[in-house]
Amino acid sequence: MGMTIVEKILARASGAAKVSPGDMVVVDVDCVVLYDGNFFSFGKAGTRDVLKIKDPDRVVVIFDHEVPAPTAQAAALQDGGRAFVKQFGIKRFHDVGRSGICHAVVADNAYALPGSVLVASDSHTCSAGAFNCAARGVAGPDIMFALATGQTWFKVGETIRYDLNGRLPRGVSMKDVFLHIAGTFGAHATQNVEFGGSGLPYLSINARRTMTTMGAELSAEFATFEADDVLIDYVKQRNQAPFEPQAPDADAKYKDRRAIDLSRIEPLVALPDAVINNSVPVGQVAGTVIQQAFIGSCANGTLDDLAAAASVVAGRQVAPGVRLIVTPATQAIYLRALKAGYVETLMEAGAVVTNATCGACFGGHMGLLGPGETCLTSSTRNFKGRMGDPSARIYMASPATVAASALAGTITHPGEFFQGDAS
Amino acid sequence: MITGRVWKFGDNINTDLMIPNHVLHAPEEEQLKAVFSANRPGWVDEVQKGDILIAGHNFGMGSARAGARSLRNVGLACMVAESLNGLHLRNSVNYGFVALECEGVSTAFSEGDIAEISLEDFTIRNKTTGVTLKASPVPERLLTLMQNGGTFPLLEAEGYVSPVRPPKIGGGHK
Ligand code: SF4
Repeated sequence: MGMTIVEKILARASGAAKVSPGDMVVVDVDCVVLYDGNFFSFGKAGTRDVLKIKDPDRVVVIFDHEVPAPTAQAAALQDGGRAFVKQFGIKRFHDVGRSGICHAVVADNAYALPGSVLVASDSHTCSAGAFNCAARGVAGPDIMFALATGQTWFKVGETIRYDLNGRLPRGVSMKDVFLHIAGTFGAHATQNVEFGGSGLPYLSINARRTMTTMGAELSAEFATFEADDVLIDYVKQRNQAPFEPQAPDADAKYKDRRAIDLSRIEPLVALPDAVINNSVPVGQVAGTVIQQAFIGSCANGTLDDLAAAASVVAGRQVAPGVRLIVTPATQAIYLRALKAGYVETLMEAGAVVTNATCGACFGGHMGLLGPGETCLTSSTRNFKGRMGDPSARIYMASPATVAASALAGTITHPGEFFQGDAS
Repeated sequence: MITGRVWKFGDNINTDLMIPNHVLHAPEEEQLKAVFSANRPGWVDEVQKGDILIAGHNFGMGSARAGARSLRNVGLACMVAESLNGLHLRNSVNYGFVALECEGVSTAFSEGDIAEISLEDFTIRNKTTGVTLKASPVPERLLTLMQNGGTFPLLEAEGYVSPVRPPKIGGGHK
């Protein structure tokens, strides 16, 4: 019996000829990503000093959760992070101004190489699975261990294979495909999800990243895409390091294999508090009044997302009583959106375009919700209280649906406004 | 060989039950007094050093909070579940708590039975009934961490990290 993508990557990284579900494997880590929150536990600001690390060239440090620092405490953490970077000579460091949400910075620079292993102590690390990479969010002590020894370990789970076939209709995006999978198939705890299919060539890297990032919300262990020419070209343009993509064996053993016809996906909305088994067609909640509309996060702050939002709001105005907050995921994306005219279009419509940060996504700083307010977000989580007051209600949808709803002032199908191509 | 008295728990025991919100940022000594206070009030006063916890599926579901550390701190010798949540397993290694997975374990034991567990061949024996089961083996390297205080003592002993010093600023992960 053959292996799935993740099984093949973990076999290579652990030096085993074959790994199977149930195995525990100790693997070499190709990339360890640290973010500002890590410096709570070590470095100048934390409770332990890191004395030596295995290989500074396998480490990336990215400030993202609270940038620029909204509090003196956050500033102290970042100061500790800078001291750490200097002490160990970390070359890949993204300080304020050259930063963005860590998973998106990893994508911008192709730090996640096909066939490799990447860890960070943030649950959406699975985002890098779009790069044919075994990427997983781990706990803080695991990061210390990986820094020190260059290794970590995983328990191999069973894999669910999704074949994405056909093409998405206009105005429908990968966020809708995610909402369809979460709504139809529910949680995938202890399982890996693997994506491929005949629709792959039509899916941008950004679209694939939306899906793998949301893998965390499926409770999946790993979320991984097949590598194709689109991916290989993307990586080669950004990272000169050698890599070896892994394709699933023809006789790979899957727990289940599910075909998704992309042409039949429609815009969906997740109701407040959960995304698992909680999706409904937009029409079912159309007319729900909103006070805030948010486009951003590691899942949906890509250039494609900003383009879709700009296309929807072009020449129109955000409804009175609604705040449309748009957060490009990285500084680089922001600059490209600026040059493409998206930022201007969004601002003319009345949107606030913020700097690149996690910001509103986790209610960390700016764009918080007040008591009883309703928000439609295109970010990653709609848990109660995540974006501010616990009595606020958070619905989740695609950037196009969020933008259309910001114009209408109520949850609205994007078809009414959408002017762009499908992405 | 680990021999101890069994406490039984069900499926989907989450990390909030191990470290409830009101002690999330409290010192470890405070946290251990609150273990299972919501689902089994008074249990922490009855459990004794060397006891063994046997549970159902997806034990430790929820967040990355260090529930395994609290289970170690209340004095449990080890635990065996039908299945362990991924992050709970990680934290069992990280914080030095022996946690095993064994199919059928939840039906093979009743509360108060005596369990005998071998970490050499991963047999789980119910001394009270004589039933013997086989747990999934844990790689030697991870087992060593589970048995020796976890990640930090190892990293400290090998000179990778300094001992804990008092925090200069407060806070924790958001
Ligand atoms: S954007 Fe949101 S989900 Fe993504 S890393 Fe930041 S806080 Fe987490």
